[in-house]
Amino acid sequence: MKIKLQFIFVFLIIIFVLSIFFKSLFENKNYIPEKIINKLDNQSITEFYSSKNYKLKDLFSPEEYIILNIWASWCVPCRQEHLHITNLSVVDNLKVVGLNYKDKKNNAGKFLSDLGNPYDIILIDKNGTESIFLGAYGVPETFLIDSELNILKKYIGPINLEDELEIKKLIK
Amino acid sequence: MIIKLFKLIFILFFINFSIFSAFAENKKVEEISKNLRCLICQGQSVYDSNSEFALSVKILISEKLISGSTESEIYDFLKSKYGDWIVYEPEFNKSTLLLWILPLFLFIFGGLLIVRKVIINRSIK
Repeated sequence: MKIKLQFIFVFLIIIFVLSIFFKSLFENKNYIPEKIINKLDNQSITEFYSSKNYKLKDLFSPEEYIILNIWASWCVPCRQEHLHITNLSVVDNLKVVGLNYKDKKNNAGKFLSDLGNPYDIILIDKNGTESIFLGAYGVPETFLIDSELNILKKYIGPINLEDELEIKKLIK
Repeated sequence: MIIKLFKLIFILFFINFSIFSAFAENKKVEEISKNLRCLICQGQSVYDSNSEFALSVKILISEKLISGSTESEIYDFLKSKYGDWIVYEPEFNKSTLLLWILPLFLFIFGGLLIVRKVIINRSIK
């Protein structure tokens, strides 16, 4: 009797462990830092053409929202989302700010002349450290921020039509 | 002649010193980046990875070290940006309490089992 009870106990434990393994087979184990920071620091970033330094807060006119889009000419998904960024650039109370990530100036210039320049202002992140201060970890990444530098929404990866419509809705 | 020799020694010493200090600083960057997870190629440390993100983190670490930040300040900074997940060692707090306590508990429990068995065996003898 005791042996039988032991056998059932061990069997149950094995079933339990296997079911956990089985369940985690289908789980996404990639960690995405979705909502870690709610507010950006008022950091100062160099501008693309003039090499002047701008504080993030100085980029805003009052009552305005900013789309901060991290892009690079070598980034293929950035070409994909470019259309949507361009569509957003004509929205009234929205300023589109580009952050050029680890790029060569010539290539970045060519990217913009080929596909058009939707950005009201372009900043540079030469060695990727500015993006770390923003809490970003790759390209493309897009932040919707208000004039107090609160992050209203953060998109990791290229934005699509759905995201574009969502942004338009959020700033209404 | 002697002055020339002194000059040479001085220059050699200076070169040696600058190489050594750069080396020591790299050592520190290595040490810190080994304790950080890379978010792009998950499963690798920032030290092992050559992704753009990892390279930037390494640059940031050396910049922070030069500006006088301590190791724990750098960890705290990165944790504030990317969450606790970026460091390999989990922090001791409410949600990780079980994680830290359970092995200790099991160790003590197992030890007690062994002690009990030994005592029983002895009393049988």
